[in-house]
Amino acid sequence: MANLDDLYREIILDHYRTPRNRGELTSPSAIRTEGFNPLCGDELVVYLDVQDGVIVDIKLTGHGCSISQASSSMMSAAVKGKTVAEARATIDRFKQLMTVHESSLDGQGEAPVADIRTMGELAALQGVVKFPVRIKCATLAWNTLSQGLDEA
Amino acid sequence: MSSYSARRVRGDTPLLGRVINGRPITYLDSASSTLPPRPVIEAMTRYYELRHANVHRGVYQTAVEATDVYEGARAATARFINAPQGLDEIVFTKNTTESFNLLAKSWGAANLTAGDVVLVTEMEHHANIVPWFQLREQTGIEVRFVPVTDDFRLDLSDLDRLLDGVKLFSFTAASNVLGTRNPVKELTRIAHDHGALVAVDAAQSVGHQPTDVVDLDVDFFCFSAHKMLGPTGLGVLWTRAAILESMPPFLGGGGMIADVRVDGYVPASGPTRFEAGTPPIAETAGLSAAIVYLEGLGLANVARHEDELTSDALKRLANEFDGRVRVIGPAENVDRGGVLSLDVDGVHPHDVAQVLDQFGVCVRPGHHCAKPLMRRFKLAATARASFGPYSLTTDTDVLLEALGSAVTMFG
Ligand SMILES: Cc1ncc(COP(=O)(O)O)c(C=O)c1O
Repeated sequence: MANLDDLYREIILDHYRTPRNRGELTSPSAIRTEGFNPLCGDELVVYLDVQDGVIVDIKLTGHGCSISQASSSMMSAAVKGKTVAEARATIDRFKQLMTVHESSLDGQGEAPVADIRTMGELAALQGVVKFPVRIKCATLAWNTLSQGLDEA
Repeated sequence: MSSYSARRVRGDTPLLGRVINGRPITYLDSASSTLPPRPVIEAMTRYYELRHANVHRGVYQTAVEATDVYEGARAATARFINAPQGLDEIVFTKNTTESFNLLAKSWGAANLTAGDVVLVTEMEHHANIVPWFQLREQTGIEVRFVPVTDDFRLDLSDLDRLLDGVKLFSFTAASNVLGTRNPVKELTRIAHDHGALVAVDAAQSVGHQPTDVVDLDVDFFCFSAHKMLGPTGLGVLWTRAAILESMPPFLGGGGMIADVRVDGYVPASGPTRFEAGTPPIAETAGLSAAIVYLEGLGLANVARHEDELTSDALKRLANEFDGRVRVIGPAENVDRGGVLSLDVDGVHPHDVAQVLDQFGVCVRPGHHCAKPLMRRFKLAATARASFGPYSLTTDTDVLLEALGSAVTMFG
């Protein structure tokens, strides 16, 4: 049975209660990308200031559940100051983390990614895969970031 | 004599025997779909085991029986809502949504032209909004909205002006988000005085209170079997026989024709004109059983029971949680049904529903297909709990226990 504590880790609740990098950057110099989750009504705007291939600043506005809010907050902290290439690699690893692996769901087998230890705080979101309907909450921010980087 | 005991209904409802996350299920999502009692499930099983055949075609024994099942459900439905001309006025659709699409795409397209007004309300389900927007795209009609007050009621202060030029006033009998019950009879009288016809979204009313379309004097009536203890996949559009005969066909194909030649077709008369293709047949057996079951309970008894549950739940929600749990809907249990949309301070509705699931409590998070209404109250979503004929105060007990846990968890 999936346990709620797997979903609502303390670190996730912390990011939900005190989200990082809230606010706006002025576009057009910053890239502004909107993300929607039409089923839940979650809305997210990601502002990116990319200079010379580096994410110099990132800000977020919008609203959503604890998982989508925490995921976007953690995402912003993870990619701020990183190169676009590094950010893309992080997106890929996060997506992999969110892939449902039957074997890890029933408690057998390994976590889906081998290098989970390198993911820092983001690893706390791993429990989301045990709640498949919530995966889209966690991935909204990352899909939106990915779209924004396409414009960088 | 009808006899009613919610406990007995509970015993009749197999799904309520389930255990979820180690707890007996607490089903509080009847506004989404009600749970069928055993007689409904058995009627459908019996149909498939003994009578299944296509309807309206064969001459062999089971084909005749299947047709009797199907047409018998039409007669039962007509009786259930007191349709004055019986089965000639009952069209079977897929659900309430399809009933409204049929209304807009058949009656609407034939009777409304650019500049004509369809009046709806800000508390409608998308099923009674989007088909009118689609018709607007095609024909240039105007879609006008009756606003909703801060007290979660229709704002009728300007109704006379809003009804000016209106050809159809289409509104919900009961809001699936707020619980608000609208004064259908009174609104119908006013609309008729302005020369408008009236369509009612009865999805949230037919399974919870007695229905009499003659007394209400409405012109169109839409509902779904699955919200009145029946199966999914079956809905109803009722309209007066005279209007029905004037409506052009909707979907084309087999079953809806009187004749087809290489140069054209003649549609059938009566409700079958709108029932192209093989219809849901087992589902009509289920609907008949649901009607018999509900009539056995007595809908006035069901209404009284759900009313008591609602009063109790409203009182307890107001007294506990130090104001952190707000009900988005009338706070007084007057002209309202058993739908409790909850806004928990600091906890997103999806998280509320997730925590509640851990207690086996089924509530629905989201916008409930009523986005104009959610925008009106600046909400993206609510967590909605709703009662059915099998609900008990012990369901409210578990709801409150689980809500307490959600409030604590998110601090
Ligand atoms: C008021 C109201 N209208 C229409 C509908 C649509 O019903 P269905 O999904 O059965 O078409 C619903 C159900 O959610 C409803 O509550």
